[in-house]
Amino acid sequence: MIQNRTRVAPLIRSKWLPPRVAQRLGFAMLTLAAVLTVTPIAVVVIFIMYKGLPAISWEFLTSVPREGMRAGGIMPAIVGTFYLTLGTALFSIPPGVAAAIYIAEYARPGRLTRLIRIAIVNLAGIPSVVYGLFGFALFVIFLRFGTSILAASLTLSIMTLPVIISTAEEALRSVPQALRVVSISLGATQWETVRHVVLPQALPGILTGVILGLERAAGETAPILFTGAAFFLPRLPNSPLDATMALPYHLFVISTQVPGMPVQIQYGTVLVLLAFVLGMNLIATIIRSRARARRQW
Amino acid sequence: MDKFVIEDLSLNYSDGTESLKHVSMRIRANAITVLFGPAGGGKSTLLRALNRLNDLADVTSISGRVLFNGQNVLDPAIDVISLRRKVGMVFARPIVLPMSIYENVVYGLRRAGERDRRKLDAAVERALRQAALWDEVYDRLFDQAAELSGGQQQRLCLARVLANQPEVILLDEPTSALDPIATAKIEATLQELKEEYTIVIAPHNTQQAVRVADDAAFFLMGELIEFGPREKIFITPTDQRTLDYVQGRFG
Repeated sequence: MIQNRTRVAPLIRSKWLPPRVAQRLGFAMLTLAAVLTVTPIAVVVIFIMYKGLPAISWEFLTSVPREGMRAGGIMPAIVGTFYLTLGTALFSIPPGVAAAIYIAEYARPGRLTRLIRIAIVNLAGIPSVVYGLFGFALFVIFLRFGTSILAASLTLSIMTLPVIISTAEEALRSVPQALRVVSISLGATQWETVRHVVLPQALPGILTGVILGLERAAGETAPILFTGAAFFLPRLPNSPLDATMALPYHLFVISTQVPGMPVQIQYGTVLVLLAFVLGMNLIATIIRSRARARRQW
Repeated sequence: MDKFVIEDLSLNYSDGTESLKHVSMRIRANAITVLFGPAGGGKSTLLRALNRLNDLADVTSISGRVLFNGQNVLDPAIDVISLRRKVGMVFARPIVLPMSIYENVVYGLRRAGERDRRKLDAAVERALRQAALWDEVYDRLFDQAAELSGGQQQRLCLARVLANQPEVILLDEPTSALDPIATAKIEATLQELKEEYTIVIAPHNTQQAVRVADDAAFFLMGELIEFGPREKIFITPTDQRTLDYVQGRFG
C-alpha cells in the first residue's frame, strides 16, 4: 500500500499548464461565457433605444396612423395589444391556475396524470403559427366569432396555458409539505388547506409565471395574424367582436408591406413593444424578489 | 378511564420503512403516555394512526382497531375532520403557518366556521395562556408568527392545538429542535395540561421519557415490547430489551 502511494497520479492535471494558471484560465472562460449571455440583450436594448427614442412623442403614442401609416401615431396598436393581453389573461389565468392546482394538489400519480403532463409539455412545443391556424378554424369560423379580439385572445390563451400551468404547478409544489400536514392536522379539509395555506404561499411564483406567459402572448404575431389583427384600422375597437391593430403585427406590416415607410416610425414601434414586454418582465421580477425576501423556508 | 384502546394494530407503508406489528395498548385519560424507543420503532406511525394523519402517507395495509371513546377511528365512515379537532398534534419541528400569531391560533376555529370576533379573541388568550406564551406575545399578536423564537413557535403550535379544545394532544418529538430552557417550559406546560387533556408524547430521548411519563410504552422495530406505569418500565422492566435500552446499552 505504502509503496504504491507515489504512483498515484493527481485526478486532473494538465501536462503543459501549472494548476494555478489552469484555474485562472478556466475562471476567465466562465466569466466570459456569463458576460456573453448579457451582451445580446444589452446591445438590442441600447440599439433600439438609440434608433427609436427620437420617434417617441406624445403625438406618436396617442394618435392614429395617417397617410397610409407613414405618419401619425400608433395608439390603436398599443390599445389593441393591451386589450389582447387583457383578454388572454382573462381566458388563461383561471383555467391555468385551476389545472395547476389539480395536478399539484389533487391528482394521484397514474396514467391520467402522466397523460395530462405529456399533453402540457407538447402543447408548449407547438409552433405559434399552428395555434393561429387552429384558432382561425375553431374560433373565427366554427364558432363564428369572426376576426376579433375575442377570437385572438382565446387563441393566445391556448398558447399561454402550458406556460401558466407548468410555472404555477412548480410554485405550488415548492410550498413545504409540512405546512399542508399541519393544516390538515388542525381539522382543515384539503381544499381549505389549498385555499388558506398553499395558494397564498405560491401566489408570487404563480404571478411570475402568469406574467411571463402573458408577456410572450403580447409579443406574438402568428396567433393573431388570422384571428384578430387588422392590417389598418385607424380607430379604437369598440367591442370584443371587433378586429384590432396590435403592436407585433403592425410592426410586421410597416416593416414589410408599406413602401416608403419612415425608418424612425418602425424603430419607434419596436421600442414601444419592447418597453411593453420588458415592463411586464420588470413587474414579474419585482414580485419575485419581494416574495423571496418574505419567504420563511 | 381509557381514552384510546388500541387492539392488535398492524400497519405497513408502501416503501416498507416503518410499520407496526400487532400493537395493543390502552391510553389513560388525563395522563401522559410516553412512546419511546430507537428511531424507526413505530412511535410516529402510532401517533399518526390516532388522528388518521396516516391518511396522507402511503399506507398499504392496516388492520386491527383503534377505539377513541369507544369508536373505531380506522372506520372509513368516521368524520376525520372532527376526529382531528379532538385529537390534535404537535410536530417535531415548530411549523408555524405563514400568517400572524393570532391567525395561527384561530386557524382551526376559523375552519370550523367560528366568526364571532369576541369568541376568537377569548380563545386566543386562553390558548396562549395555557401554552405559557401569552405573557411573551400579548402585545404583538398580529406580527408574523415566523418572527418568534423556535421555543416560542413550538408553544404557539401547542396553543394552536389547544384552541381547538381537543380531548387528546399528540406530540411527536416536540422538543427535538429546542434548547434545554425551551424544553423545560414545554415539559412543565404538559404537566399542567394533563389535568384537562390526555397527552401522548414520543419524546426525542429516554431522559425526557423518564421525566414526563405516567405510562410508558417501549417500541422496537414496530413492536410494542413492554407497556406499563412509569416505575415499572423504567425501574423494573420485565423484558431484557427494555432494560438494555433504558440503561443505554443500545439505541
